[in-house]
Amino acid sequence: MNFFAIIAIYKFEMARTFRTLLQSIISPVISTALYFVVFGSAIGSRMEQIENIEYGSFIVPGLIMLTVLMQSVSNASFAIYFPKFLGTIYEVLSAPISYVEIIIGYVGAAATKSFIIGIIILMTATLFVDVQVKHPAIMLFLLALTCVSFSLFGFILGIWAKNFEQLNLVPMLILTPLVFLGGSFYSINMLPPIWQQITLFNPVVYLISGLRWSFFGTADVSIHYSLFAIGIFTIICITIIGWIFKTGYRLRN
Amino acid sequence: MTSVISIKNLTKTYGNGFHALLNLSLEIEEGEILALLGPNGAGKTTLISSVCGLLSVPKNTITIAGFDVSEDYRKSRSLIGLVPQEITIEPFETVMNAVSFSRGLFGKPKNSAYIKQLLTDLSLYDKRNQKNMTLSGGMKRRVMIAKALSHEPKILFLDEPTAGVDVELRKDMWDVIARLRESGVTVILTTHYIEEAEEIADRIGIMNKGELLLVEGKNELIQRMGSKNLSIELQEPAKKIPASLSRFNLTLSNDGMQLNYIYDVRAQKTGIVDLLSELKKASFKLRDLQTSQSSLEEIFVNLVKE
Repeated sequence: MNFFAIIAIYKFEMARTFRTLLQSIISPVISTALYFVVFGSAIGSRMEQIENIEYGSFIVPGLIMLTVLMQSVSNASFAIYFPKFLGTIYEVLSAPISYVEIIIGYVGAAATKSFIIGIIILMTATLFVDVQVKHPAIMLFLLALTCVSFSLFGFILGIWAKNFEQLNLVPMLILTPLVFLGGSFYSINMLPPIWQQITLFNPVVYLISGLRWSFFGTADVSIHYSLFAIGIFTIICITIIGWIFKTGYRLRN
Repeated sequence: MTSVISIKNLTKTYGNGFHALLNLSLEIEEGEILALLGPNGAGKTTLISSVCGLLSVPKNTITIAGFDVSEDYRKSRSLIGLVPQEITIEPFETVMNAVSFSRGLFGKPKNSAYIKQLLTDLSLYDKRNQKNMTLSGGMKRRVMIAKALSHEPKILFLDEPTAGVDVELRKDMWDVIARLRESGVTVILTTHYIEEAEEIADRIGIMNKGELLLVEGKNELIQRMGSKNLSIELQEPAKKIPASLSRFNLTLSNDGMQLNYIYDVRAQKTGIVDLLSELKKASFKLRDLQTSQSSLEEIFVNLVKE
């Protein structure tokens, strides 16, 4: 194992985060804080409780998930796309590192960043609403697994993208609608029966539901389904990345 | 000398069917400077990319110090440093961070003393805390060399290291390469500049259309393939060249004081003796004779034309 290479990539990527602190951490935290102000305090105070939980508190797991998903995908996709765009990827490809080490470095850094953002958002939420985490260990585990799996997804996206437009296409056109329709701001039980069934095809439902369970002990779907869904998603991403490196898809001719 | 890089029957075909390399074999000796010359599209960069791991190659086609680049990629790649043709460095990183990153990538622990010496040798140490984007083009190219040397490689690939740089910097680069050779590093460079190959290389490989037309010692190449010019200085100006000398294709200088005769050193008979004899018969009085070797550029152009 080339530990020095993993550390080098990890440190390099983390340094980029701290160099662009405003864009990397402060910006997502501010935008999420605005959600709390609007939905939690302004609108939330006029909303009924959902499953005996104040609306402001209810949306906390969804908002964390919303930001963490977007940040994981964006961090990882940018981390691998930018060297491709600049041409500096040659150095990684010519270095004595395995694919696993490359992934640990890039995905590890991207997941760390989004995990930190997730925790900061949780702390920010406590300033606006009453938040209690019933199963903290599960919450941290789910959050970490989500950060890793969606960073893997972002890594795939970054390799696939040929330009900046494609890089933004998937997060904007697919991920954002899935997150908003995945129960970030509502319980899927509030939907008409037919939409309750349809929405179960949205994988993000399981993530938000799982995280919500770790906060309140109740959720739209069982925590087991949530863990199963995210586990499957992680395995699919790892399989695709394995194929990418085996074939050299958009990396090596 | 022992081969440090061995390439056997390497063929590289891209997805669109373009044959970038055709059955290319090459042995590169330890400690030498090999210059690969060739026009655009000759396959020079493809060859370098294949050796350095940027392109997939079949097993048993390329070995570095005995390690197969596909099977033993960790060992083979750790011996190589690569400076690509384009200036590609992280614009927002400092020189020191960029070079340290490269060292780590190649699995080497931190070594501040070595990096300091490296940056000093490349006149970069006082710019170590500057961001790459603030450096001039020449300095950026030096940073790329520093990155390639950061892990103390035994072999350095330089893909057109002096393309687009001014004369002064080009000479600086040549000095850097000469120092690397002195320290035992094998250097393989591609270039369009014949002058560059002539100046610094030990051996020269000429490529065209994916094929390696020849590899030979620079001096031997010039010696073997070059034509020579015999300049004959006359005591009195000649008005024209007599018909009896027409078979020698002589040229007369404007002032009529010098005759020039081009001959092939490879030919069994150079024709010099006959020429001198004919000149005597034609009553030319000679003052001096001088020969000069044709340049590598002429050799290269002739070879690629064939």
